[in-house]
Amino acid sequence: MAPRTLFDKIWDQHVVRELADGVALLAIDRVFLHERTGSVALKGLAAAGRPVLDPARVFCTMDHIVDTFPGRGDATRMPGGEAFILETRAAARAAGIRVFDVRDPQQGIVHVISPELGLALPGATIVCPDSHTCTQGALGALAWGIGSTEAEHALATGTLRVKRPRRLRISVEGRLAPGVTAKDLALFILARHGVAGGDGFVVEYAGSAVRALDMEARMTLCNMATEFSAMTGLIAPDEVTFDYLRGRPYAPQGVAFDAAVAAWRDLAGDADAVFDREIRIDAAEVPPMVTWGTSPQHAVGIDSAVPAAGSSGAAPEAHARALSYMGIEAGQALASLPITAAFIGSCTNSRLSDLRRAAAILRGRRVAPGVRAICVPGSMSVKRAAEAEGLDKVFTDAGFEWRESGCSMCFFAGGESFGPRERVVSSTNRNFESRQGPETRTHIASPETVAASALAGHIADPRRVARPEAA
Amino acid sequence: MEPLREITAVAAPLLRDNVDTDAIIPSREMKTVSKTGLADGLFAGWRYTAIGGREPDPSFVLNQADFSGARILLGGANFGCGSSREHAVWALHEYGIRAVIAPSFAPIFAANCIRNGLSPVRLPADAVAALAAHVAVDPRSRPITVDMLRCEVRAAAVDGAAALRFPFTFDAESRDMLLEGLDAIDLTLKHRADIEAFLIRDRSARPWIHLGRHNPDRST
Repeated sequence: MAPRTLFDKIWDQHVVRELADGVALLAIDRVFLHERTGSVALKGLAAAGRPVLDPARVFCTMDHIVDTFPGRGDATRMPGGEAFILETRAAARAAGIRVFDVRDPQQGIVHVISPELGLALPGATIVCPDSHTCTQGALGALAWGIGSTEAEHALATGTLRVKRPRRLRISVEGRLAPGVTAKDLALFILARHGVAGGDGFVVEYAGSAVRALDMEARMTLCNMATEFSAMTGLIAPDEVTFDYLRGRPYAPQGVAFDAAVAAWRDLAGDADAVFDREIRIDAAEVPPMVTWGTSPQHAVGIDSAVPAAGSSGAAPEAHARALSYMGIEAGQALASLPITAAFIGSCTNSRLSDLRRAAAILRGRRVAPGVRAICVPGSMSVKRAAEAEGLDKVFTDAGFEWRESGCSMCFFAGGESFGPRERVVSSTNRNFESRQGPETRTHIASPETVAASALAGHIADPRRVARPEAA
Repeated sequence: MEPLREITAVAAPLLRDNVDTDAIIPSREMKTVSKTGLADGLFAGWRYTAIGGREPDPSFVLNQADFSGARILLGGANFGCGSSREHAVWALHEYGIRAVIAPSFAPIFAANCIRNGLSPVRLPADAVAALAAHVAVDPRSRPITVDMLRCEVRAAAVDGAAALRFPFTFDAESRDMLLEGLDAIDLTLKHRADIEAFLIRDRSARPWIHLGRHNPDRST
């Protein structure tokens, strides 16, 4: 057999039948739904009189518009949002689907809870009507976002009709510098290769700097493969993956786990496997990154100035429009821009390690006057674990709000927002116009940079925040 | 699904790159659990003068009399990037759009188009620009044709302007879906025996994937 990549092996294992023109009928191992786009899929399926083929492999959470204030119930800040929760709950129950509901201790953002529950597994095919499903590729799964109609197809047939993508390997060699994270690497790739750089490809992240990332950092890296317009991203499973999965509730247990690991070890790509395209990155070149504009590719090193038209890679009109929207001028130092809000959360950066690193910067300090700072843990399990370490106290003592888990203000659904022309530093994944609220100005960065900026009252380099003396 | 074979219509230019699905339909405009009632929210942030309002902003292309009734959009690269929300395609379709011609599309958006009878046609940026320049002279007397049978985009010769013709490629499966208005689930269920055979093989090959016996939800 010809040498194969990780992707090839997963693909080959799931082909139910070859269809025409490079399209295959692929078996789907896990379908996730949430109240925003899953509800409409369940409703469509029920209206067509089509049953869910295997409800035991379908899972549903309430994350997108669920309230994140303490003491929450089904009511949402978004007008009319409660209907999404009620209809999703009713439809999922009727179909026999497990729901991680509003008050469930395991509720959380779909791409946070799937790995932490051991639902996402190496070699699995995983889909969800949510673009950031690629996050779960960090476990060596083929996980990708789909639309609601495709979700209906996956639910009804246990399969999808998929055109085989080309293979791109992004090899990151060396070591990320201290204070530089997977988030910075993801933004660096987008800045250098553009938001359409992954068009037509499935991306395998490889190299010594990727292997050195812990599981949660790998999720952050894979999370932004959709911002690269790739089908998805994934990382070969290794000891880090297996250690992470051992003992998780839905992962195989005991001897069954050992048998699974033996199979998972064979998933890594063959040494002489060929990719359709290769990108190489020197990890040492990656600085802490921050976005200046309205596309994730509008990102530069935090010490940089706002780029001039022609140097940003954006078309002149798009560049001017982004500057105008963001209320900034070419040549301004990014690290001087005053902010009025700071947000830590989202499927990109809301896991325990993210909160720990932000808390290390915040400990014993206060956010600057006039800055609204919010932390939204990615799941109720993350929240409990953080509270067990006292991290909630670090955040609240610093002046952060400490919320229940959910997607929260990563996007504006008509409820909470930061306000027009407010400038937010955010650990999220999209800085589109009005993404976090009408006319809100979003700068994407790592949780460390969000924390440092919240303290300073302006965009700030986390490497310059003096560490407090060890107590 | 309504078949899409050939459409000749006014084409509206929206040539900026990276038009995201938040812009096509803001989340705040997705008000009910439904695939319909979305056309009014299409491009709401650009189309209306105020957030949540319905007063048309005359500077937005679809509000201009020349482009009323447009059924084709001319777009920039990476059209439909961002959120997977199929509401973006439902809103476009309900508004009347049947084809978007752009240099590239975000993959989830393109797949959503195919499932809803809307054609995502890839043409090089210079071809899209040539079509836009042709249309700009007088959009109403210079319609564009998207021909899914021949896989070409055409504009007829008019007022001394030469005819335009740009062939495009389209994968056969997606093209058949659009041409015939096929339902993918119906097609796939014809392979039910293959699916069942796969599952039998896979249960022994990868027992950890099949949660029947060691599912914590069902064992308690």
